[in-house]
Amino acid sequence: MSFVTPNMMPAAPEIFVFSMACAILVLDLFLSERLRAVSFWLTQATLAGAALLTLKVMTAAPVITFNGMFVADRLADFLKLGTYGITFFVFAYSRDYLRDRGMFRGEYFVLGLFGVVGTMIMASASHFLTLYLGLELLSLSLYAMIAFQRDSSVATEAAMKYFVLGAIASGMLLYGMSMLYGVTGSLEISMVSAAIGRMSPDNVILIFGLVFVISGLAFKIGAVPFHMWVPDVYHGAPTAVALFIGTAPKLAGFALFLRLLVGGLEPLAGSWQTMLVIIALLSMAIGNIVAIAQDNIKRMLAYSSISHMGFFLLGILSAGANGYGSSLFYILVYAIMSAGSFGMIILLSRAGFEAERLEDFRGLNQRSPWHAFLMMLLMLSMAGVPPTAGFYAKLLVIQSVIQADMIWLAIASVLLAVIGAYYYLRVIKLMYFDDATEQVPIRAGWDAQVLLGFNALLLIGVLPWVGTIMELCRQAIRSLS
Amino acid sequence: MEFKQLIFYFFGTVLVFAATMVITVRNPVKAALFLVLAFVSAAGLWLMLQAEFLAIALVLVYVGAVMVLFLFVVMMLDINLVRLREGFGEYLPIGGLVAVLLVAEMAIILSSDRFGPAQMPDPGALPAGHSNTRELGRQLYTVYAYPFEIAAAILLTAIVAAIALTLRRRKDTKYQNPAQQINIEPRERVRVVKMRSERKN
Repeated sequence: MSFVTPNMMPAAPEIFVFSMACAILVLDLFLSERLRAVSFWLTQATLAGAALLTLKVMTAAPVITFNGMFVADRLADFLKLGTYGITFFVFAYSRDYLRDRGMFRGEYFVLGLFGVVGTMIMASASHFLTLYLGLELLSLSLYAMIAFQRDSSVATEAAMKYFVLGAIASGMLLYGMSMLYGVTGSLEISMVSAAIGRMSPDNVILIFGLVFVISGLAFKIGAVPFHMWVPDVYHGAPTAVALFIGTAPKLAGFALFLRLLVGGLEPLAGSWQTMLVIIALLSMAIGNIVAIAQDNIKRMLAYSSISHMGFFLLGILSAGANGYGSSLFYILVYAIMSAGSFGMIILLSRAGFEAERLEDFRGLNQRSPWHAFLMMLLMLSMAGVPPTAGFYAKLLVIQSVIQADMIWLAIASVLLAVIGAYYYLRVIKLMYFDDATEQVPIRAGWDAQVLLGFNALLLIGVLPWVGTIMELCRQAIRSLS
Repeated sequence: MEFKQLIFYFFGTVLVFAATMVITVRNPVKAALFLVLAFVSAAGLWLMLQAEFLAIALVLVYVGAVMVLFLFVVMMLDINLVRLREGFGEYLPIGGLVAVLLVAEMAIILSSDRFGPAQMPDPGALPAGHSNTRELGRQLYTVYAYPFEIAAAILLTAIVAAIALTLRRRKDTKYQNPAQQINIEPRERVRVVKMRSERKN
């Protein structure tokens, strides 16, 4: 391979976020405990700056640089902007929570920013190597963030479980990639795709590699049968970290699926479609049914995330530009809903108290009608009740499944969504129809309050622009081919 | 059988044996030592593939540094093996079934013709002055510069994570502050007490 001096400009956002993370790391050492908030505000400023920078270097045509390892296209820009926005909300919600629990340290935000860099690398990866390294950068930051409360044995256990299972999944992914490399002779995604196009699609080694790649991917997004870590990690991790895991990394999961399966292995679509049908169906079924039995809201949201991953896969498995676009829309809406729901748990928690049992939501309407209303919006959207964005997200993925001539799958997913509606509606019932057991007033910073309100109202306020956003999603997907 | 093949099978057998022992042996120190053996045999295989630099790096870095540190850690930790093995029998049937199925399926595919020696053409002899190290370095710092930087970022994350998770200041430990010790003035160190001399009687 001949070497061309790379054009670094398209990677400016990555370089900026990483440099800022390093700067915050050093600066934080010289800050006194009283000025710790400076690290926080610098982190938020970094995310805002990265968004501006991404908009600035964005081009209509895809740019490939670093010798075919890095691609800056619409999809990458879209995912990066989504990641900045959601991470901004996530950090804003977590500030008071972290301060109350002695976790408000510069390293927390630095690790968070490293995770963001990992997501960005995955979003604009055009090479198996960069895809994998971005994934490891993100995962490593997440492991450390989960274990951040070192004296909590639940958190340490969750981190350990996630770490061991994550390592196995990375091993599977790598093994699959090595098989694909062996057959196609390249690690560059576009070349892999071209090489597979020249081969017969039932080449047994390709399928062999594909199976391992899919297992690794399914683990990373937490889809059945690789979902066992999800409830334990969401439950064990400090709520602020669960909030982070449940949002931005899901966009990274989407990038992984799209870059690997669609960008690189699209000629094998016939094979991965069947595998994804099974994974999606099982995820929707197990996620929605087991969630009913949970009395801890973090665990309930964990199972709900498993079922949402099933729905998200519906769009991918319909293997068409329309399906991928609706998957992108779904994952974006899911990340927003998830941020809002965990944000609400954080808002109701206070020093020494975690509002993580369903019981803690009992009679929320008497304590604060406004918060009860926001939570109701979030739950309705999660369940997919019509006037919310969650409904459109579900509608679009199911539509794409119907377009792919899998009517039975569409019917099954609607039925499972109805089963799932039960446990979301139960939260609403607890808030509005039960009496409050305690009357502690809700106190939280004004910025978190305002952002959470905006976050929840977004799910209903976005309705007039659903078509525009969907068109943006489709544009992002079109830039891929 | 050629001599080269004999060596290959020798290293291969030792590698598989050592790797199996790593996960089956009861004593963690022995497991670590078997891992050393596995690394050395893998380095032997790499040498046969003419990847001298990687082979030497594997021995120097992994066997020489990482595993020694690892052994220290294993010896320091008091690992309770009885507790680790709790529930092992309970999960054995299902875990064993999955493992056997997985290995059988992999064996069917990996032993097919597609992985036969006929499918793998001889890469051909390298020219006399070929330097493995130089080629690796050239690739690493030009074409693969971007992944190389990301790998560095991963290492930095690991350092930050390790320090953030383990460093804490304990108030009850007694320690010396060298800066304060050095900055001391002579009169702070010796206090001259003026007093009248005492008489003995």
